[in-house]
Order: sequence, then C-alpha cells, then structure tokens
Amino acid sequence: MNGALRLKRALVLSPPLLWTFLFMFVPYAILLVYSFWQQKYPTFVPAFQFGNYVQIFTDPQYFRVILRTLKIAFFVSLGAALVAYPYAYFLVFRVRKPGLRLMLYMAVVAPLWVSYLLRAYTWKTILGTTGILNSFLMSTGILSEPSSVFLYNQTAMIVTLIYVFIPFMVMPIYAVLEKIPHSLKEASADLGVGRVRTFLSVTLPLSIPGIVAGFTMTFCLTFGDFIAPFLVGGPDGQMIANVIASQFGASLNWPLGAALALVMLMIVLSIITVSDKFERLGQGRFA
Amino acid sequence: MSRSLSERLAWVVGITLILAFLYLPIAVLVAYSFNASRSLTWPMTGFTLEWYQKLAANEALIDAFYNSLYVAISATTLTLIIGVPAALALDRIDFPGKGLFRKLILLPIALPGIITGISMLILFRSLGIRLSLEAVIVGHATALLAVVVTQVYARLQRLPNSLQEASEDLGASGLQTFFLITLPNIKTAVIGSGMLAFTLSFDEIPVTFFLTGRDNTLPMFIWSTMRRGLTPEINAIGSLIVLMSIVLIFVSVRLQRNTKTQQK
Amino acid sequence: MSKIIEIENLTKTFGKVVGVDDISLSVEQGEFVTLLGPSGCGKSTLLRMIGGFEEPTSGRILLDGQDVTHVPPSKRAVNMVFQDYALFPHLSVGKNVGYGLRVAGMPRREVREKALEALALVGLEDRFDAAPHMLSGGQRQRVALARAIVRRPKVLLLDEPLSALDANLREQMQVELKALHTKMGLTFILVTHDQTEALTMSDRIVVMRGGKIVQMGSPVDLYERPATSYVAGFIGSTNQFRSVVATGPTGPQVQCFGQPISAPAGVAPGQEALFGFRPEKALVQFGEEGGGPDTLRGSVADILYHGQSVRLMIDLGAGEVLVDLPMSGSDGMPQVGDAVSLRVGADKIMVLADEVAA
Repeated sequence: MNGALRLKRALVLSPPLLWTFLFMFVPYAILLVYSFWQQKYPTFVPAFQFGNYVQIFTDPQYFRVILRTLKIAFFVSLGAALVAYPYAYFLVFRVRKPGLRLMLYMAVVAPLWVSYLLRAYTWKTILGTTGILNSFLMSTGILSEPSSVFLYNQTAMIVTLIYVFIPFMVMPIYAVLEKIPHSLKEASADLGVGRVRTFLSVTLPLSIPGIVAGFTMTFCLTFGDFIAPFLVGGPDGQMIANVIASQFGASLNWPLGAALALVMLMIVLSIITVSDKFERLGQGRFA
Repeated sequence: MSRSLSERLAWVVGITLILAFLYLPIAVLVAYSFNASRSLTWPMTGFTLEWYQKLAANEALIDAFYNSLYVAISATTLTLIIGVPAALALDRIDFPGKGLFRKLILLPIALPGIITGISMLILFRSLGIRLSLEAVIVGHATALLAVVVTQVYARLQRLPNSLQEASEDLGASGLQTFFLITLPNIKTAVIGSGMLAFTLSFDEIPVTFFLTGRDNTLPMFIWSTMRRGLTPEINAIGSLIVLMSIVLIFVSVRLQRNTKTQQK
Repeated sequence: MSKIIEIENLTKTFGKVVGVDDISLSVEQGEFVTLLGPSGCGKSTLLRMIGGFEEPTSGRILLDGQDVTHVPPSKRAVNMVFQDYALFPHLSVGKNVGYGLRVAGMPRREVREKALEALALVGLEDRFDAAPHMLSGGQRQRVALARAIVRRPKVLLLDEPLSALDANLREQMQVELKALHTKMGLTFILVTHDQTEALTMSDRIVVMRGGKIVQMGSPVDLYERPATSYVAGFIGSTNQFRSVVATGPTGPQVQCFGQPISAPAGVAPGQEALFGFRPEKALVQFGEEGGGPDTLRGSVADILYHGQSVRLMIDLGAGEVLVDLPMSGSDGMPQVGDAVSLRVGADKIMVLADEVAA
C-alpha cells in the first residue's frame, strides 16, 4: 500500500480509534481496577482483593437486588412482547393500506422521541395515592378512599417500564414479520392447514429472531434502569442500578459500586452474546 | 354476527387499547399542564396558562434549558465528527483490531447508561478533571456514538462501493470523493441520526447524573423538582418538550420519505 | 503499433486464495481485448488492478511506458465502466458525465460543453438534465460510458458492462460498443463471462482460468484452434473424445466412441490424445445407407430446435455427440430414432492439449 493512501486512512481512522480507546476502553479498564480496591472509611484505597465480589454474592442485600432486577426485567420484556407481538402482527398481516400501516408503526415508535423521564413521570401522576387514577375511581364511586395499590410497588414499575420500552420490542418484531414471504402462509393454507396451526407452525417460528432481538433489547434496557424505580418503585422496588448509584453517592463505596457495575456488565454482555448466537441460528432460514 | 366481523372487531378494540395505553399518559401530561388546580387530581378544575407563565419566570429552569441546549448541540456535533469517520472506517477499511473496535463502539446501544456514566466518572476523577457540563458533553458523545455509527453504517452498506471507486477513477481526491459523493448520499442518515442523538442527549439522565458539576441540565432540573413533589409546572415543561419532539419526528419522517424517493 | 499496457508477472493473493497467478500480458494501442472466463477466474481482479482498485501482491503494471503499479486510480489515465454503472444518484446525467472534469478544476462552461459532446457520442445529449433513476438500463449504460470517455483516457476498462441488460439490448449495445471503439481509436479492455460477447467484439480474447491465462488469440483463432479441452468447451461447444492413434488402411486413425475415422495432422500412430470436433462441422446424412470414409453411424437420441438450426444428439452406441443441422426450409424435421451418418473429415478434428491442473 502506498504512503499517501496509508496516511489518508490513518486520518480517517485515528479520531474514532483514539476516542473509543480513551473514553471507552480505558474507563472500562479503570472500572475493572477499581473493583479490586478496598473501602477504608471515609474513602477507599488501591488493593488487589476480591472482597467486593465476595460481598456481592454472599450478602443477601445485594444478591437479592440482582435477582429482583432480573425478575423485573424478565416480566417487562414478557409483557412488552405480549403487547407488541399482536400489534406488529396486526400491522403486517391485517392492515392493507401502506399509508395506514406506516402511520400506526410511527405511532408506536414516535414516543421514543419524547422524553423518557416525562413518560415515566406521567405514570407517577396517574398512579399516585392522590393521583389521577385514584381520584377518578373515587369520583365515580368505585373506591371510597384512595388506594395505594397502584404506586410504589413492582407492578407499577413493570407497567411503567413496559410503557417506556415497548417501541424497542415492536421494531424488531415488525421487521421480521414483514420479511416473512406471504407465499409461505399461502402455501400452508393451500395445504389445508388451519389458521391457528399456520400461525403456530409457520409465522411464529419464523418470527422468533425478532422476538429474541426485542426481548434482549428490552431486557438490557430495563436491567440498567434507575429512573423508574426512583419514580414509581417502592421500598421493594430498588434495582441494581439504584444500588450502584448509591455507592457513588451516599454510601461512597466506589470499589463496591465498580464491582457491581462489572457484574451488571457481564450479565448484559452474556445476554447479548447468547441472543446473538440465537439470531444467527435463525438467519439461515431464508438464505 | 359473522366470525370474520367479530374477529375484526376484536382486533380493532385490541389495537385501540394499545394505542390508548401509549397515548393516554401523554394526553394526561399535556391536559394537566392547563389545569387550574395545583393538585394533579380528577376532576380537572378549569383552564389556566398560569403554569406556563411560572415557567417563563423560573430562572433556574431557563438556565437549565440553555445548559441542555449547549450540551445537546455540542455532544451531537462531537458525536457526528467522531461517528461518521467511524462508520466509514467500519464499512471501508480493514485494520487490525477492527472486531474489538466494532464491539466497543456499538456496546452503548444495549449497555445501561449508568455504566458509561460511572466509568467516565472514575476516568475523570483519575485524571483530575473537574466535573462539569463539558464532562457531560464528552460522556454524551461517547454514549451516543453507537446511535450515529449504526445508522450511518447501515446507509453506507446500502451505498455501492463502486460509487466511491468511480469517483476516484474519475480523478477525485479522497476529500473530494467524501464531500461530493459519499456525504450527499448519506446526508439524510447523518442528519437523522444527529437529530436522534440531539433528542437523546437533551433527555439524558444516567450519564449526566454522574458527570455534571454544579450546573443542571433540563432533565436533571426536572428530576430534582420531582423529588420535591409533583407540580403542574413539570407538566408544562413536559408539554413543551412533547411539542418539540413532535416537530423533530415530523422532520425526520420527511427526511426518510425524501431518501426513499431519491433511491428509486 | 505501440504497447499501451504491459503487465509483468502480476500476482494478487487474498489471504491464502490466489486471485491472479503470475500473469504477463501486453495490450497494443487501440486494441479491443477481452478477458474471458467463468466467475472466480481472476479476470475482474486483473481488470481492477489495471484500474488501480486492487494493489498487486507482486509484479508490475506499465501504462504507456510508465510504472503505475502503486499509483492510485485518481492519478491513472485509465477509466472504468462499472458493472452496476455506479452513476452518482444525487447528480444529474450531465453532472455525472462532467464530474471527472469538474474535480480536475475545469471551468464550468467548458465542463458543460465536453459533457454534452460525450453524451452526443452515445446519443443522449437530450437527457443532460435528467436524474439517473429516470433512465432505462440501456441509457444508464451509455451515460456510464460517456462519463468514462469524457476525460479521454489512454485505456477504457469495462467490467461486465452488459450483464445487467436483457438479451436484445445486449446485442444492440455490443454493436454500439464496437462502433464506439472504432470511432474513438481508444484501447478497450473488457471483462465478460459471455463467450458470444467476446467473439463479437474483440480483436483479441484472453481466456482465463484459476488466475492464469489459458490461451489468447483472435476470436477466429480461439474458435478454430482451441488449445485445450477447457477452451474448446468454454467457447462454443465441442464433442470431445480420447483415443490412441492407430494405423488404419488409409493412414492414421482415431476411435471416436468406438468408430474409426481419419486422424488429423500433427499426431503420430501410437500417441494417445484428446480430440474434438464442433457440432456444426459434421456433415449429417439421414438413412441407413449414406457414408463413405470418415463416417460415424448412429441414431437421433434427442432434438433441440433452435430456429435457424436444429441441434441433434446422436447416439453412437458407445457415446453421444452433438451435431448442428441447418434448417434451410424444405427439409422435414428429423425424428428421434432416425438412423443417421456423420461425416467428420480429418481437417475438422482438433487436437486438444491436456489440462494443466487448475
């Protein structure tokens, strides 16, 4: 390769390479180093020990939060899939006019552009003890006094997070459904297979990669969320990100926070890796 | 009722419910910004613009708004300057470590923002850099790089390599090729991802939370206001942000439509 | 005549795969050379190295006496017509054609004039302001051509330029390309996998396989005297058979699927070789009788109707051969099972070299 070309390539390459190295690779590396440090009140000192990790997996306080976060992320993804799938299915297979289809698609994707914080906040105003839902139910006489069952619990959090992350579920499912050749469904109908069986044996299996992609995205986003728990979650609604944040705030235990963040990173990365493998398995089908 | 008719009715009801789930909360947000009562309860009591007037008089809020604008514009510019060459490099150049580079740069899409936030917090602390809006800008640019890279990269992949080769073949230098051929053809993706990056930065909390110094951005301001309690003022800010989002959505749909007609 | 391009021991490897394997080739000024071969034979890689889009692993390329091996495409006086045309979608037809002059800093008015001139050469001067996506396939092809010749390159490279067109248009464009070549006196190097295209247009055909040149020569040379069974099979069809040359009553003989015919010149008794003859070179006669010397007897096994001729598959007992029968009007169609005799003169038989493992 001649010199001038090499120089040009270097010019294109070096800013992004430098940037990713300095602001992504180095910080993750320092995070790793910090996770081995030790807390010495009121601050922390360099060390090489696994105490933080041991604490995370033995102290039920942390371990339970991780399990709870996994559970909530799972239910949010499941709930989002249950709402998103029929919606995407309707758009692809039942809506005939392309204009209407685009409009309905945009209707579900557009909220992504609207502030996440506000979308979570509005649920708080709706579900609150003195909130709109309670006062509405009282004014209609269904409730005689405000109920606190709506807010500050895990259900409220799951509903809010489904609401916030549902576009990430609709997009990939819509994309795979759109790619399923209509001829496949017709062929199945042609063979005398009923609609329910056609759905179960043709459409659903073919849309699994999209469900997996949406599930992964929703799961990972929920897993790292710390705003919804703060707004609508109660005392039992703390998630791992809240615990991490408090290590860097009030608790001032950065090494433990770093270790928790790395555990979170590992969980997210393994989920992405597994789902990647899964999607690749599915890709061969149309080839 | 015939089976197909009842089935259609079931679909329509179901889809309407989903749309209601999506849009009722936003409608509630906007409606209560005009509600006369200070408390957010049913029934609504009357129409007022009081909350909007209070916003206009709230200096901390206006400062936060300008801070957010500063952060979002700077972060978007920075992320485009880094992201477009990154996408070009991923698409056109082979170099050692490309696999790692790709993974690293695309990671923040699925990675919780809090990890970017705290890892950069530790970096800045280690380097002795003061937390500030500028630190936030660097943080946002890093977290949003993935948005720009994925969108621009996807467009580049659809752009035949032969266009660039034809340009070089006809005597154009690398820069001429980039500005006369490549950029005009990925323009909509660059603008579109820039707009998305802007919106996301304007709205960002997890990274900002860890990296900001004394200055507040708008979402941080709203967040701290929320901690003190719910007020219709927040609904008023919210409604303005919704309005801004609608404008941006409209522009981005327009952009996509233009691209499609051009590529026919 | 002078050599405009000289290629010396050019090799290109992609990792462990050899794309082009030690090729040497020179092209005369004004010549129309076609690189012919199946996909993956290295012809496109060779063309792209001449254009500067691939860096050779070793070897040299001289353009008009200058070493351009490491010169980037933008600095080579060579232009290319791309397989997908590579028209810039955001520029009008006129701006596409004028692009090469504009980036060179030529004044606007002059660019316009030259672009119009080039478009006139391909008959599209009235589409100057059209957008590329409004043109038909054939028109796009012509714009790509105009854009590549506007800078008067020393060599014009064409990478499968007609492959995206349908059959009728392709034939028409073959004629136009050839005419343009004659009119401009430019050197053309064309890459194709279509033997008809190669035969119709070229001054010289270079047949490639596995990154190497198998044979080169004029279309007539290659068709009448293919050197190997690969060339014989790639350009036109050939009935091939292996035989030991024996001494017969009238001279040396070979066995074509068990039936003796006179051996061609150039082989001696006792030698074993691969032989072949073209389907249209056999003289076909129907009936049990016919024949005489050098005649193969068999029966019609299958009939493929081609319009101006029929291709018959003849069962010789120990094997099958193809022959072409011109349809001159009054003759009836042969039927499957008809007895037939084929006269194949010694001068019609080609001796084919054994393949070097490729």
